[in-house]
Amino acid sequence: MTNEVNTEQAELLRRKKSKDEMKKQLISFGMMIVFTLISFGLVAVGTIERMYILPILFVMAIVQAGFQFYYFMHLKDRDHEMPATFIYGGVWAGFLTLAGLMVISWW
Amino acid sequence: MSTAAMGKRSFGAVLWDYMTTVDHKKIAHLYLAGGGFFFILGGIEALIIRIQLIKPENDFISAGFYNEVITMHGTTMIFLAAMPMMIGLMNAAMPLQIGARDVAFPFVNALSFWLFFFGGILLNISFLTGGAPDAGWTSYASLAMQSPGHGVDYYVAGLQIAGAGTLMGGINFLATIVTMRAPGMTYMRMPLFSWATFVTSILILFAFPPLTINLFLLMFDRMFDTAFFNVALGGNTIIYQHLFWIFGHPEVYILILPFFGLFSDIFSTFSRKRLFGYTAMVFATMLIAFLGFMVWAHHMFTVGLGPVANSIFAVGTMAIAVPTGIKIFNWLLTMWGGQVTINSAMLWALGFIPSFTIGGVTGVMLGSAVADYQYHDTYFVIAHFHYVIVGGSVFGIFAGLHYWWPKMFGRVLNETLGKWTFWLFFIGFHLTFFIQHFLGLMGMPRRYWVFLHDQGLELGNLISSVGAFFMGVASIIFVYNIIYTAIKEEKAEADPWDGRTLEWTVSSPPPYYNFEQLPLVRGLDPLWIEKMEGDGTVPPGEPLDDVHMPNGSILPLLMGLGFFIAGFGFIYQDGQGSLWYLALYGGMAFAIGCMVVRSLKDDYGYYIPKEELQKALEGEAK
Repeated sequence: MTNEVNTEQAELLRRKKSKDEMKKQLISFGMMIVFTLISFGLVAVGTIERMYILPILFVMAIVQAGFQFYYFMHLKDRDHEMPATFIYGGVWAGFLTLAGLMVISWW
Repeated sequence: MSTAAMGKRSFGAVLWDYMTTVDHKKIAHLYLAGGGFFFILGGIEALIIRIQLIKPENDFISAGFYNEVITMHGTTMIFLAAMPMMIGLMNAAMPLQIGARDVAFPFVNALSFWLFFFGGILLNISFLTGGAPDAGWTSYASLAMQSPGHGVDYYVAGLQIAGAGTLMGGINFLATIVTMRAPGMTYMRMPLFSWATFVTSILILFAFPPLTINLFLLMFDRMFDTAFFNVALGGNTIIYQHLFWIFGHPEVYILILPFFGLFSDIFSTFSRKRLFGYTAMVFATMLIAFLGFMVWAHHMFTVGLGPVANSIFAVGTMAIAVPTGIKIFNWLLTMWGGQVTINSAMLWALGFIPSFTIGGVTGVMLGSAVADYQYHDTYFVIAHFHYVIVGGSVFGIFAGLHYWWPKMFGRVLNETLGKWTFWLFFIGFHLTFFIQHFLGLMGMPRRYWVFLHDQGLELGNLISSVGAFFMGVASIIFVYNIIYTAIKEEKAEADPWDGRTLEWTVSSPPPYYNFEQLPLVRGLDPLWIEKMEGDGTVPPGEPLDDVHMPNGSILPLLMGLGFFIAGFGFIYQDGQGSLWYLALYGGMAFAIGCMVVRSLKDDYGYYIPKEELQKALEGEAK
């Protein structure tokens, strides 16, 4: 009997959690679309100088990547240290590759 | 029990079993058989090269075919022989060592194998269809773009398919080690071979994507007239070299790190001592992997990157000698004061230390950018990388086969034949490659079809060719040993080497579910701890319960077949009529169709009932 109540409570808790999770996902999804629209808008309007647009676009791209990692790929949740290590390891390897190519071949 | 049952089954049933298997132990057999086959092919190519170079201005084979043979020798040995046999050993031992029942994704494991297999076959079919790839194993774009015929297209398609399999294998091993270690098996209690598998898989995960991209870019340039590497159209041919070595240098460590781990296990087992400096060994492995990503341009010192870039990469390269040196000293100190048993596995391990160290020393010489201008593209480089790849990886493969043969096939390989193999191979190896250092210093360039009279290169090349035949004979003796052992040798017990790690707690070969109950690990070298402090058996870490097992499936093979057919379509789609487009679209549709079937059809596997496991446990107790 108590067991049944417990599972019912657990089920309710799970539903509440996944509802919260869904809300966060939708918010970050919406924000990402807004960010994309702003980026395209900034470039389309064309009044701002290239020098200023580039860093703005970079920052917004990094924020979007953050949303992707932390909300869609659940890096914010508990027990995600190992995936986080690998993702940042990959970012590091990618950074080295690009830095190497930029510095020695394209500069 | 299972082997006895297998002996009675028809050949067709066994074949079907292997074609549909998702069991890591059987996939290990497949990898070793496939890798062994390509090892023999690559070995024959090596002998052809050495016969061509046995005397000055020889015309044993034509210049064009020589280019094909050197290209295929390198490509086959690295991608289709050394790596698959290494992955085969990982599959055979790693899940047992960490106390798991299988890898994390058994289906993907089978898919990895079949992709490698079909990729390798596709690559080698090029010999029969008008010319193999002939732009060297690196297939630099400046050369590959000029190569007529379809040889380089085969290279691109074959390696793309095989490479996808390897990448999946790496991810699979990572997931296995992160999520499936037995109770008590913390990271710092893993045997060094499992550690090396883990670090190697990280390298595979990060190093193979650049290769994939590079092969795609080369494919687009050759087949669809893009201009990534075409200087005339504004491309940059050096980018290919960068991307290739961003993959290629970590690849060298992918080839050697697992065997560093394996030798660590062998040294500690046969010295009856705990590995000296376990923690240092683990961190040295990680450090080598980390540094391995930052030194790729040392393959390109003569490209003209400039003195600053060359210096940075030279210093980075020499830094790798430090963790490698730590490892060499730790192995020596593991043996120091131990009760050393010298058998075939240990002989390969002992032979590895001086051989690999010579390769390491010439590596530091090559790492010096200034000196490299002298060595570049000479036989000195050939000697160097054969000392590390043969002296490291191939010695490691032989050592691993001797060490785990009883665990994989239930019989200990014959010792006398094993020692013959070792000594012939060891002598032949040094005969072949030591002299090549001096040929290189005398100025003999690599990849040349002939060398001339009266340049002082005759004797060195003759010695080198004689050595190659020693290695050939040694390999034949090893094959004979396999057959002899299967027929004549006694059944092996569970623990023939007085081992230290978990794979020696299960019968040889292990039951298909590996462990009735997952073991409880109390420290490093769990079996040894129980032998010293307990009753010699590792206690269970979980109550006896039903065991969940995956179902076998033919789909991995069919997916591989689909990509194989599509590979031909891609190679020949260039203006040869609609038939090849049929192969291209048909093959892709077939492979993707198999994926859809796999995704939509639920397969929950099956359970081994508790009673069956109980019976097996009682059988063991008797």
